[in-house]
Amino acid sequence: MRSIRLLAGALALAACGEKGGEQAADFSYQETLQTQLLDARPGDVIEISAGTFHFDRSLSLAVDGVTIRGQGMDKTILSFRNQIAGAEGLLVTASDFVIEDLAIEDTKGDALKVTKGDNIVIRRVRTEWTGGPKTENGAYGIYPVQTTNVLLEGNVAIGASDAGIYVGQSRNVIVRGNRAERNVAGIEIENTFDADVYDNVATENTGGVLVFNMPNLSQPGARTRVFRNRIIDNNTKNFGHPGTAVANVPAGSGIIINANDQVEIFDNDIEGNGTASIIIASVFSSGLSQDGMTEDFDPYPESIFIYGNRMSGGGKKPDGLDLQALKVAKFGPLGALPDILWDGYVDPAKMENGALPDSLRICVRNDGAALLNLDAPNGFRNPQIATGAHDCALEKLPAVSLDGRLAEL
Amino acid sequence: MTAAFRRGWFFVAFAFCALQAGCSDERALAPIFHEEDNPETLSEWGVLRAKDGVLELAAGTTPYDLATPLFSDYALKLRTVWTPTGTAATYDEMEAFDFPVGTIVTKTFYYETGESRDVVRADGTRTATDGAMSLSGVRLLETRILARREQGWAAFAYVWNEAQTQARLKRAGDVIPLTLERPDGRREDFAYLVPNANQCAGCHATNAETRAIQPIGLKARHLNKPSAFHPGFNQLDAWRLKGLLAGDFKSAAAAPRNADWTDTDEPLAARARAYLDVNCSHCHSPVGPAGTSGLDLEPGADGPALGLCKAPIAAGSGSGGRPYGIVPGAPGESILLFRMETKDPAAMMPELGRAVVHEEGAALIRNWIAGMEGGCAPAGAG
Repeated sequence: MRSIRLLAGALALAACGEKGGEQAADFSYQETLQTQLLDARPGDVIEISAGTFHFDRSLSLAVDGVTIRGQGMDKTILSFRNQIAGAEGLLVTASDFVIEDLAIEDTKGDALKVTKGDNIVIRRVRTEWTGGPKTENGAYGIYPVQTTNVLLEGNVAIGASDAGIYVGQSRNVIVRGNRAERNVAGIEIENTFDADVYDNVATENTGGVLVFNMPNLSQPGARTRVFRNRIIDNNTKNFGHPGTAVANVPAGSGIIINANDQVEIFDNDIEGNGTASIIIASVFSSGLSQDGMTEDFDPYPESIFIYGNRMSGGGKKPDGLDLQALKVAKFGPLGALPDILWDGYVDPAKMENGALPDSLRICVRNDGAALLNLDAPNGFRNPQIATGAHDCALEKLPAVSLDGRLAEL
Repeated sequence: MTAAFRRGWFFVAFAFCALQAGCSDERALAPIFHEEDNPETLSEWGVLRAKDGVLELAAGTTPYDLATPLFSDYALKLRTVWTPTGTAATYDEMEAFDFPVGTIVTKTFYYETGESRDVVRADGTRTATDGAMSLSGVRLLETRILARREQGWAAFAYVWNEAQTQARLKRAGDVIPLTLERPDGRREDFAYLVPNANQCAGCHATNAETRAIQPIGLKARHLNKPSAFHPGFNQLDAWRLKGLLAGDFKSAAAAPRNADWTDTDEPLAARARAYLDVNCSHCHSPVGPAGTSGLDLEPGADGPALGLCKAPIAAGSGSGGRPYGIVPGAPGESILLFRMETKDPAAMMPELGRAVVHEEGAALIRNWIAGMEGGCAPAGAG
């Protein structure tokens, strides 16, 4: 394996040498497109023809009701590999926005950020760092934040040093039919209310699909459904920046729920994720200081329902010495961790007669899947299979329905 | 005033003018407000012009300065405000003053130059006196205008030409390659960024919900200082006396006041908070564009909102591998300082308007954090 890699590296070097110095990038389209974005009026469609276009600073759009349309994610390419200024490739601060059929490559920071807008459609867009997974890659590929009524569909996100597709602090979101590969997090839903994540493929990321709540933000999140996804072989070594929320994600994580509530996971194919198919954790396991959290933040994952998934090949090669030692100790050198890991934190303030109310429980009704309580509150002293204690069902969440014009998409 | 006296003045002015070639073509410099059109050249605003090696301000415009200014790659700045005759700004204790329709605010960015016009100095001091500034050894880069129209503020950036005689509107922004020379002689190439119209809003749309453009410096706490433009007066009091400031303003002594970040007689914390306020809080406030981060750098913020032991949200490489925004007592562990000391566009703060490190500003924040008591409790359930 090693020799093949070395050979590939040598070939790549040779190819570079033959190229004999790249041609200076042509930035002539930069001012044209940025001026179009400035002059746009509601209802305008800005068409970008096929070709590779170079930019050395961020593009931005602040006009509502604009559509940006390329000729295909492999035909219309906005390249930022020569970027010298700006924290993203395209920054959109507008509502009623559609972007489709183009690629944004090699931005210094985030590729496509949409902030504080309503009615956002991002479809058939590719965001990619073309050098593969690297810590110096930008953080997010497709990044709507503080948005409402959002459709992310048919996109491809590759190589982000945080999340390929990241929905933050938003409401009413559908993420479907996307492909996220070789990012630290494939798809991440954070501090968001009402998200449906389905028919996606998340593969070769560090973690496939993340549903997180972080402290100190304007809203927590709840009600996410993750279903009919293929979450396969997410074993890429974590290349996130230390200090970021995803930097603590173990390689080999299929789905992680952290501190989020009302999360439903069903009908997914979750295969070959070396640490676990599903991890359920509180903020206490994410390495954050208690001093940095406001009092009203709820650190516990509650009302979690896992059923009807097809899980296989998980837990055979957990990331991190602690989990490896645990695997060997409890399941033998050739064994595997169970499909579902839970850190074991329960909110003592919500206990009634020694137990959580039914509606707040973590419920697992999944053929053949076991849940391991890691006993983190007691210093991992006594991890136990606890599948039976979680044999319960929760009321199912309603489907997310998009409003207005997006309802027809 | 008698008619004869007026005629006498007219005669003197005419005679003086006749001595200068081309003088008869020159109109007097006077502000002209543009409600609808976006002038292609700066001179059409009539607020300032470069002529015969001097940058002139129109009569009636008021130059002003700030207790602690925004850092912009060591550029010097000449700021002016002009309101239509007989109108005044309405005082507000915390927010930007409410200026009347027709107001024109300008900010001219310039450097003192070194051995060539592309080498710009980090330690320049040139400023205007009596409505004029010598351009000898100065390079003008851009003049930005905020115009208070019926619908709200509009922002424009004008880039000065090579000959330094005129500035043209650059709606899509620009990049100007320069070399910075620091006081100790170190040199550093950098790309000076002229913002496009959206990037203007990136800082000046201080409420991410309304996205209305607002002045940033024209707040009581930034203007409340003695000013060389009004010798012997506090700037706010001078504005009041001139009739430029109306409303519920008693005196500068009763108004909020930010420290001068360079004034070592001021408490360290006051200097640091003034610096963070003017450089960061237009985005990092609960309603600002960086409200997504949960970090609030306004003067009143405290606790995790101020970054104390607060984990990053979407910092990406901006974390610099450090755990929290501010780790009290440990500047080297604090993300805030990392983001000030990096030049990587993906990680640096502010995101716009800085291409080199403000070493003196970073040193101030470093000292402030180093002097804090505490640290951050380790992770785990409390």
